[in-house]
Amino acid sequence: MIVAGCDIGSLTGKAVIMDRNGILSSAVIPVKGRPADCAEAVMARAMEEAGITGEDISFCVGTGYGRKNIPFADEEESEISCHARGAVWQNPGIRTIIDIGGQDSKAIKVDGSGTVLQYVYNDKCASGTGRFLEIIAGTLELSLDELGDVSARSEKVLNLSNQCVVFAETEIISLLNEGVYIPDIVQALHRAVAGRVAALARGIVVEPETTMTGGVARNIGMFRALESVLGCELACLERPQINGAVGAALFALERVSDSIKPGRA
Amino acid sequence: MLAGGCDIGSLTSKAVLMNRGRIVGAEIIKSKPEPGESAQEVMGRALAKGGYSFEDISFCVGTGYGREKIPFVQETVSEIACHARGARWLVPSARTVIDIGGQDCKAMRISIDGTMEKFITNDKCASGTGRFLEVMAEVLGVSLEELGNVSSSSKNPVVLASACTVWAQADVIRHLNENVPLADIAAGINNAMASRMAIIANNIGIEKDVCMTGGVAKNAAVVAALEKILGVRVKRIRKSDPQIAGAIGAALLAEEKISGGPQ
Repeated sequence: MIVAGCDIGSLTGKAVIMDRNGILSSAVIPVKGRPADCAEAVMARAMEEAGITGEDISFCVGTGYGRKNIPFADEEESEISCHARGAVWQNPGIRTIIDIGGQDSKAIKVDGSGTVLQYVYNDKCASGTGRFLEIIAGTLELSLDELGDVSARSEKVLNLSNQCVVFAETEIISLLNEGVYIPDIVQALHRAVAGRVAALARGIVVEPETTMTGGVARNIGMFRALESVLGCELACLERPQINGAVGAALFALERVSDSIKPGRA
Repeated sequence: MLAGGCDIGSLTSKAVLMNRGRIVGAEIIKSKPEPGESAQEVMGRALAKGGYSFEDISFCVGTGYGREKIPFVQETVSEIACHARGARWLVPSARTVIDIGGQDCKAMRISIDGTMEKFITNDKCASGTGRFLEVMAEVLGVSLEELGNVSSSSKNPVVLASACTVWAQADVIRHLNENVPLADIAAGINNAMASRMAIIANNIGIEKDVCMTGGVAKNAAVVAALEKILGVRVKRIRKSDPQIAGAIGAALLAEEKISGGPQ
């Protein structure tokens, strides 16, 4: 019984193909153009890697910002539920999940079965979302993927005085004009985003183990900044970026075999 | 006996010269990176217009974001105090003053005798500040001054999905790509601006008369939208440019210093 999960976010599309024994393949591609095209493309890539075709997939669950536009999904699930399910499957000790998406952020409290107990969510303000990183990376002429490595070279602590992305961008332009060392600016950026996300996360009680999901979790600078602001160590998931798609695939597995609990890979 | 008021904001710098309760010179320039430089230039220009020089100023009060960097002032006073003072001079019946700066938004409630009862400032979030309109005007490719007029022919204003400047900007770009008429997008922007201002104004509690200062007061569409949301008339300022209200307030305080007390 092969199933799939497809997570179409605002910046990237993710697909995961699973069976009862675990993950068979996965793919991540940037969203360009229509969400539906991205869904088709990312799923095609995952199927190719697994050596299967669409007919082999018994059930597919869609999630993410673009979940309404996934033409081949049999069902949709919220991102919150999928991230919860995925994270606990990846690491059964996880009780708190912090997900920084391209245009939102969430903190989710889960139980040992991966069921959501409580969550807080921000999509009203761009500060504390991946968009903050994206905009400032553009200002600094860096790619999103470079931010982590650049911040690792930071030599001294610098604090941004603005929380608003629009004002922070102006502040960073003047820091650049003053010749401030770019790694210090990037580290300050990470701490600013972390501060906002931590303020959100305190809306639920952050319980160990806590992890970070989403593509932003691959940014080591952001990961460390969040640890430092929260004052605790974060558990590192093996596949943070596809976590939502993993959760979606787990829901799909449940649909096709309600009596059989998925095992761990 | 010249009294000077100098208001160095984040976007524009303003100077006002007064002589016995009358404005005898005023100037607005775009702020430079150095507040001190902005101050020198804007005051220099205001003086030159009336054929005055710096030596003619008996007392000068500085205000605004860059007030501590103005080289020629004898005193600095908060923007809140200066705006309230200036607004009351412009509209003597004003009890509620809404001032939109380049990167902040303030609402002040003034008692009948002119003392400040309550004020609230937002300088944390760009939404509801001049910066919001500046970003949007740039996306639309119109000037800040045009933004109020462009929307006048709107029949179906768009509703922006979010108050956040970043998300609203993405929304405006989407509307542009979908070929929504410029007037309808501009109207949506002006409405969004007004609704954000209304939240701040309602926070201090509206007392009539209401007036608006700062450059955004010259955007007729924002003022009209604000009136609709608040359900009160906003008194139009005709005595002078509403954008120089803070500098007027500073100059009035300087006049008081010269004459040795409130007149």
